[in-house]
Amino acid sequence: MAIDRFPVEASHILMFARAIGETNPIYSDPDHAAASEVGGIVAPPTFVQASAQFDPDYFLRPKPGQTWFGSGKEPTGIVRQKSEGEGSGAAAGGLHAEQHYVYHRTPRAGDVLTGTTFPGKSWTKEGKRGGRLHFSESVTEYRDQNGELVVTATGVGVRTEKVIES
Amino acid sequence: MALNASTLQVGEQRTEVLVENLSRTQIVMYAGASGDYNPVHTDEVFVTKVAGYPTVFAHGMLSMGMTGRVLTNWVGDGRLTRYGVRFVRQVWPGDSLTATATVTAVRTEDGVPLADFEVVTVNQDGDPVVSGYATARLDP
Repeated sequence: MAIDRFPVEASHILMFARAIGETNPIYSDPDHAAASEVGGIVAPPTFVQASAQFDPDYFLRPKPGQTWFGSGKEPTGIVRQKSEGEGSGAAAGGLHAEQHYVYHRTPRAGDVLTGTTFPGKSWTKEGKRGGRLHFSESVTEYRDQNGELVVTATGVGVRTEKVIES
Repeated sequence: MALNASTLQVGEQRTEVLVENLSRTQIVMYAGASGDYNPVHTDEVFVTKVAGYPTVFAHGMLSMGMTGRVLTNWVGDGRLTRYGVRFVRQVWPGDSLTATATVTAVRTEDGVPLADFEVVTVNQDGDPVVSGYATARLDP
């Protein structure tokens, strides 16, 4: 996966902050943010996850003219195939097991990031309830308009051999 | 509003209620904002008839995002250098979540004062849903 252009915009930060129940004005009020220590609107810690919006091939977004495995009136019967080289993360049919971020600096409104993803480690574990568990890491490096590393994100996806009910 | 290395103590804690009676609508909001439209989170027909779960469930990243509030509301904006979690248990509509962050170390790295935190979010039954760690830059 590669994201060529991920513009970090104040309106997107506002929407994302609302979705995670934020009331901190650093994400919504430009005047408050300008007068704060950080000097402007910054992104919440997990915001780079929303780079999916800027991945043209992101597999968990319906696209015009393509089949979608979610239901209409009834289930479609379409089975989503994981494509070759696709990142793990919380793939359909798999679950998100872990997520790790290293912040080299805090992304800010106005940044234009790129994202480059490469596979990390993978391993298998015997689960208590879910049969064999297959874990795989994917590492995404987000860089800014100057090529500087901003955030390193490591996702761990897990696929099970049967559905786990918690 | 940053924390001071000279006064912050190992073992200090902050607890924050993240959500009460999590709505299906908030899960939809997170899908829209994040761009993760996996139907297991929003599509009742798909998730029950095809995926075989009792109902929709929250994105792990929604729980992680909400959990981040207990950290940023404590350490200040733009102060985190590291934040990571394991998703321990699924979060369902109707769940109420509470996060607790605990200082595990106050230290200096390359001259920069830092604090390490453990963070745990539990549901209304007291069962952990998210368990992780963070590091934040402090003022001296």
